[in-house]
Amino acid sequence: MSFLARLRKFPFWAWFWFLLGALYFILPLYATVAFSLSWDPADPFKAYERSFGDSRFWRSFLLSNGLALATIFASIILVVPTAYWIRLKLPQARRIVEFLTLMPFVVPAIILVFGMIRIYSTPFTIPFTDIVLMRPLTNFSLGTNILIVAGYMVLSMPYMYRSVDTGLRTVDIRTLTEAAQSLGASWFTIVTRIILPNIRTAMLSGALLTFAIVVGEVVLASFLGVPAFGPYLFLLGQHRAYEPAALSFVSFLLTWVAMGLIQLVSGGHGQVAGSH
Amino acid sequence: MAQATALNSPRSTTSWKVWLGVVPFFLFAILFLLLPSFRLLTASFSTPDGSFTLDNIRQLFTEPLIVNSYKMSIQISAVTALGGGFFGFLLAYSVTVGGLPKPLRTVLITFSGVASNFAGVPLAFAFVATLGRQGFITAILKNVFNMDVYDAGFNLYSFVGLSLVYMYFQFPLMVLIMAPALDGLKKEWREAAENLGANTTQYWLRIAMPVLLPSILGSMILLFGNAFGAYATAYALTGGRIGLVTIQIGAQIRGDVLYNPGLGYAMAVGMVVIMAVSLTGYSLLQAKTERWLK
Repeated sequence: MSFLARLRKFPFWAWFWFLLGALYFILPLYATVAFSLSWDPADPFKAYERSFGDSRFWRSFLLSNGLALATIFASIILVVPTAYWIRLKLPQARRIVEFLTLMPFVVPAIILVFGMIRIYSTPFTIPFTDIVLMRPLTNFSLGTNILIVAGYMVLSMPYMYRSVDTGLRTVDIRTLTEAAQSLGASWFTIVTRIILPNIRTAMLSGALLTFAIVVGEVVLASFLGVPAFGPYLFLLGQHRAYEPAALSFVSFLLTWVAMGLIQLVSGGHGQVAGSH
Repeated sequence: MAQATALNSPRSTTSWKVWLGVVPFFLFAILFLLLPSFRLLTASFSTPDGSFTLDNIRQLFTEPLIVNSYKMSIQISAVTALGGGFFGFLLAYSVTVGGLPKPLRTVLITFSGVASNFAGVPLAFAFVATLGRQGFITAILKNVFNMDVYDAGFNLYSFVGLSLVYMYFQFPLMVLIMAPALDGLKKEWREAAENLGANTTQYWLRIAMPVLLPSILGSMILLFGNAFGAYATAYALTGGRIGLVTIQIGAQIRGDVLYNPGLGYAMAVGMVVIMAVSLTGYSLLQAKTERWLK
């Protein structure tokens, strides 16, 4: 092929758009890293040392990780048996359940937390009486932790449910269930010993996506008054310059690890989420 | 045998007991999704002392502060949906049918997955480091090109600045939706068109675009909803000084800034209505696309 012919074949515009996109991706990250390293020329990692040396960082970061784990655990307990049951016995419930799992796209986090606060900041009473069954959930820390985990379960529901349901589709659950039943297995054994191991890849990608949503989440945490990593980073940004840049880059890396692992386990079928 | 039949045709003999299996899920959905939403709905139709009113809904359309915040949210969502949609489409095009090497596609898709999830506070801080007053690009433009963008009227903490920030999670989302759609364009269509004497422009205008258009429009509607519901990014960037609907609702939760609780609920309901309309539009258009792109 002559040089000119090859030149004409060269996808100039494709390269142009690709490079523009790459710049848009990379420049903010580069700027963040460069800024976080520029505090003290003698000690470029000062911002990172300071950030990681702050016990409040670790407390909020560990809390966020704990909340993420609790959310993932509770989501799996709720979603796997439901999705399994619907595939096996209740296909007529599929539409309504799928509709409910997609509702978080229509009810953004700020609206969800607004409604939750309105409902759960009043004490539970027996209807039509003044007998109090329970204090308002927003008034004590176990209560707010329950609320925030439930809220995170709602926000991650579209991804978790879809991952698990896609995973179940590739498994012949009917045959497996019948085989297990004829060997005398209980429903609990079937779900935990047969179904769960068969969909672990799907569950893992749902779990990682949930992790990515929860660890940096700021709306639910700040309105429910939970001292998680998101609100901590926000407050740090109000009166510090270099540490927030360092931690922003760290949380980018965390998202990157979670997404990279999803790509790895699911073979390239990444999904999309976000707590914008 | 009787059991096997029951397993195979659940529709014929569904006893109420089978429904018990989904009770936990529905209970959860009612407690933490439906009840909070309906509480906002009923509260938006009631006066502080609990009687029915349409005043709050009416004020959504008359109160200038609220009308302006809806206008601003709609504008920023529309601008970033169009811009992000256009740019995202071109990027998806470049790695699918545009003739770039295959590995670049994997890189772009993975990066898009990360970027569409990278939002909120860290994203805002990253852009402050990039385009803030002391930002990296701001400094380059000033020192190398002798161009002070802030003197020229640019401001990261304004409409334009926030749009640039939103673009960071908008166009990757478009890439993620459009890349599979572009893959669905069959090679045979192009060959058939070329055999019949069509050139590239004709192929794109008369064959590829009509097939892709519902998908492109649908995705842009999805991007619209994506930006419309965003709160954390805008709040972290501007500290609440930009009058988006979400920011107003946030301020209303913190303290009754509208001096009328009912109005806050009505704003939330108005927002859910807009989100519902855009998601419905997306799924209708998506269904239309699936006829061709399987």
